[in-house]
Amino acid sequence: MAGPEPQDWSRRVFDLLVEAGVSLFAYVPDAGNRALVDLADAHNETRAVLLSSEQEGIALAAGADLVGARAVVCMQSSGVGNCPNMLSLVRGGRFPMLLIVTMRGDYGEMNPWQYPMGQAVGPVLEAMGVVTYRVEDAGDLEPAARAAIDAAWRGGQGVALVLSQKFLGAKPF
Amino acid sequence: MTEPSLDRREVLGTLFPDPGEYLMVAGLAGSARDAAALTDESDRLFAFGGAMGGAVPMGLGMALAAPDRKVAVVTGDGELLMNAGALASVASTMPDNLSIVCIDNGRHGETGGQVGHTARRTDLAKLAEGAGMPSTMTVADAAGLGAAAAFLKDAPGPRFVCVRVAPGPPADYKRSWDPAECRLRFRRAWREASAVRRG
Repeated sequence: MAGPEPQDWSRRVFDLLVEAGVSLFAYVPDAGNRALVDLADAHNETRAVLLSSEQEGIALAAGADLVGARAVVCMQSSGVGNCPNMLSLVRGGRFPMLLIVTMRGDYGEMNPWQYPMGQAVGPVLEAMGVVTYRVEDAGDLEPAARAAIDAAWRGGQGVALVLSQKFLGAKPF
Repeated sequence: MTEPSLDRREVLGTLFPDPGEYLMVAGLAGSARDAAALTDESDRLFAFGGAMGGAVPMGLGMALAAPDRKVAVVTGDGELLMNAGALASVASTMPDNLSIVCIDNGRHGETGGQVGHTARRTDLAKLAEGAGMPSTMTVADAAGLGAAAAFLKDAPGPRFVCVRVAPGPPADYKRSWDPAECRLRFRRAWREASAVRRG
């Protein structure tokens, strides 16, 4: 099942994020965020920051916010499971936060290990008060990305832009 | 390993004779109280009260986003080990303006003083060195503290100092428990200082 070319959607999201003033792209590698992270790495006004665990990205983005900078945290859906307690910072501290979640364990998934956390992404984010915008098809991408950026840095919310497997295409094994 | 005798309440004053030079992040519990006492809860300090494991990555985000400012993380052994992989993230990015001070009492002080890994076999400076941090040291007495103060000034960053202290209470300081208030206070001070720097 083929989704859109990752370079195409990643470029659109990257451009919107740069336009919104995002300078740090913290990430745990995922096939889904590879092109986006490569763009951040190549651009001279943004920096890709490799994390060991996704929860570091929450604290890192909060640290950037304290000095007036903007960071996003890019992770696979499984990484959402590493974040809940650190999201206390977002809810309690009212830190703006934008997570970019590329889904596994979703539409068309073939790896049974991915289903439990993949299916729990929505409830886990909701439980920690993170606003979620899902991208199911190409038409959703730009409005959802703009809405997520506004919810974070105008609305002061914790927000996740969730790129579904229906949109990204399931990983073939 | 001999038992450390340092009183943790005397550590930060020696390491940071002029704490106003730094933007500071303190990990939860005793470290937050010690750092708040050091700075009289300055508006350049963000002190955790939860979200254990967040201090080092918050300091990293701050150091990367404000490369012309000195950033210090003060945290405890339990808090650091909750997210020890963050040391690798620091080493990968190599912010030379970041210093990490771990007040290592080998205990989970806030929850009743239960023994932690560093009271057994774990050596945090070796862990930081293994993560790839270029400058690491451990100190356990007053002479060592003086050396560590010089190390924080002069060693190539990012730096990691493990201060082994005796189990005992942190500073008796009532710090703010409202993270939203702490965020706004920090950001306001940052904006004002930035406006002054820009002239």
